[in-house]
Amino acid sequence: MRTLGVVFRKEVLDNFRDRRTLMSALLLGPLFGPIIFAFAINLSLKQSLSDVGQTLELPVLGAEHAPNLVDYLRSHNIDITAAPGSRAEAMTAVESGTHDVVVVIPESFGGDLADGIPATVEIITDQASRASERESRRATRALASYSQELAALRLSARGVSPLVLRPLNIDVVDTSTPSGRSAMLLGMMSYFFIFALLTGGMNLAIDTTAGERERGSLEPLLCLPVTRDQLILGKILAACVFMAASLGISLISFFVVLKFVSLEQLGMTPNFGPVVVGIAFLLLLPFALVGATLMTLVASFTKSYKEAQTWLSVVLLAPTLPILIVSILMLRPSTLLMLVPSLSQHLLLVGLIRNEPLVGLHVAVSVAGTLAVGALLAWVCTRLYRREGLLI
Amino acid sequence: MIRVEHLHKSFGEVQAVCGVSFDAADGLITGLLGPNGAGKSTTLRILYTVMKPDSGSARIDGVDVTAQSLDARRRIGTLPHGAGLYPHLTARENIAYYARLYGIAEDAVDAQVDNIVRQLDIASFADRRTKGFSQGQRTKVALARALVHEPQNVILDEPSNGLDVMATRALRDVIRALKSAGKCVLFSSHVMQEVAALCDEIVIIAAGQVALHDTPDGIRQATGCDDLEDAFVKAIGRVERVA
Repeated sequence: MRTLGVVFRKEVLDNFRDRRTLMSALLLGPLFGPIIFAFAINLSLKQSLSDVGQTLELPVLGAEHAPNLVDYLRSHNIDITAAPGSRAEAMTAVESGTHDVVVVIPESFGGDLADGIPATVEIITDQASRASERESRRATRALASYSQELAALRLSARGVSPLVLRPLNIDVVDTSTPSGRSAMLLGMMSYFFIFALLTGGMNLAIDTTAGERERGSLEPLLCLPVTRDQLILGKILAACVFMAASLGISLISFFVVLKFVSLEQLGMTPNFGPVVVGIAFLLLLPFALVGATLMTLVASFTKSYKEAQTWLSVVLLAPTLPILIVSILMLRPSTLLMLVPSLSQHLLLVGLIRNEPLVGLHVAVSVAGTLAVGALLAWVCTRLYRREGLLI
Repeated sequence: MIRVEHLHKSFGEVQAVCGVSFDAADGLITGLLGPNGAGKSTTLRILYTVMKPDSGSARIDGVDVTAQSLDARRRIGTLPHGAGLYPHLTARENIAYYARLYGIAEDAVDAQVDNIVRQLDIASFADRRTKGFSQGQRTKVALARALVHEPQNVILDEPSNGLDVMATRALRDVIRALKSAGKCVLFSSHVMQEVAALCDEIVIIAAGQVALHDTPDGIRQATGCDDLEDAFVKAIGRVERVA
C-alpha cells in the first residue's frame, strides 16, 4: 500500500513540474471544448437572429416582364438588384459564385399568366453551397406565396372559396421545453468533457511504459523490490487523478462560458447550474479509470513517446463512436445502453441538461459497468507489464 | 555473494547465454568481460531479476533470483546499462524515490539520502533538477540511487560508458570503497584496461559461455600472454572456434 502511495506521489509531482504536460492536461484540453463551443454558438446565434430582419438582395433578370411580382417581392423585404445580361451569363455568375441566387423571368411570363398557363420562373442556384441555400429558400418561399395569392384571387374571381385548396390544416405542437431544446446543442458537450478528461492523463499513461523505456528509467525501476503490479497501479491512479482534475476544470470553465452565451435568445435554458456541474463530475468520474487504463494499455504496445502519442490520438476519438451510433439510430436511454462506457455518461449528461430526473438504476449500471470495464483493462495492463519483452 | 550456475537463456533462435557458471565473492571486485553481444547484459539482467533464465539458477546471498525475486532484489543495488533519471525531479528526489521503494522507513529516508549524497560527493548538484546533467553527474546520481539502501551486492552494467577521465576515476574510487566495505561487486565491461585496473577476479564471456575465470595473473599464465588484452583476444578466440 505504501509503495502505491510512493509511486502515486512521485508521478503527480513529476508531471506537475512538466510544463508541457501541465499545459495540455490542465489548460488546453479542458478549455478547448468550451471555447470552441462558445464561438460556434455565438456565430450561429448571430446568423439566425439576423436572418429575418435582413433585406435580401436578389438579382432578377427580366424584372420588366413581371412588374406586379417585383412589387410583391419588394414589399416582402427583398431588394431587386441588377442581374447579369442573359440566362447563360446568370448561370456562369452563380457557378463562379458572383451571385448566390439569380431569378430569371422569361418574356412569356405575362402572356402565360394572362392565358392561365403555369408561368415559369427560374431560380438559378448552387444547391451544394450552404450560403446560397438560405437565400434560395427565401426567394422560393416568397415566389410560392405570391403564386398562392394569385391562385386564391383566381378562385375568388370564379366564385369559389380559396379554402377548397386547403383540405387539411396542419398544426405542429412543440412539446419541447427550453432545457430540452438546449440538450440537442449541449449533447455534443459530453464529448468535449470526455476529450478533456482523456487529454488530462495522456502523458502519464504514455510515461508508464513508452516514456520510462525511452528515458532508460524503466529497467532500474523494475530492479526495485516492489511488484510490477504496484508500480503500474500507482501510475494508473496518478493518471486518474489528472484526468479528474482536467474534467473538473473543463466543467467549471463550461459553466462560466455559458454565462456569456445568450442561449435564451435561441429559446433554450440549459440546466447547467453549480449543482448540475457537481453531479456531472461524479457521473463522468468513473470514466477516468477506463480512460487511464485504456491509454496505458495502448501505450504499452508502442516503442517510443512519439509513436504512443500517435496511437493515443486515435484513442481520443474512440469514445465518440458509441455516441455517434446512438445519435444516428436515435436510441432512447435504456439500461442496456448504460453498460457502455462513454455512451452511458453521454446519455446521463444529456438527461441531466434536459432537466429530466436521474434514473437510479441507470446511474448504478453506468457506474458499475464503467468501473468493471476499467478494472478489467487494469488487469490486462498488469499482465502486460509483467512481460519480459516490456524492456525491449 | 553471487553464485551463478548453468544459466541458459535464448531469445527465439538466438542463444544469448548457454551454460554460464561463476561465483562472485564478498570483498572482491569481479569483472564480467566480453565483446559486444557475448551475453554479459543478459546474464546480469537475470541476476537483477528483470529476466528469467530458461534453465540453471542464480543466487544472491543464497536467495534464488527466480523463486524469491523480491527478496533477492532487496539484496542488490543495480546500475543497469544506460540508467535514466527523472528529469523533472532533483537528484535528491530521484534518490529518495528509490529509497522509499526499497522500503526504507519514511523517517529514515532523509538521513539515508544525505548519507549517500555525502559518500558519492554529489552535494553540489543534489538539489538541482537532473534535466541537463552531464553523463558523469547522471551516472553518479544513478549509482547513489542504487546504493541508497546499502546493499551487500552491487551489480553494474558497463558503468563507465560515456564517462570522461575524471568521472571514470571517481567511479573507480566508489567501486574500491565498496570493496573495502566488504561488498560483493560485479560489473561488466568490454574495455580491457578498465577491468585490469580494478578487478580481483575476471570472468571472460564469449558467445554465451565462460571462456576463462581467474585472477588477472592467472589469466596471463593460462593464455601465455603477458598483455591482458592479448590474453583476452586469445581466450575469446578459443570459445568462438568451438562455437
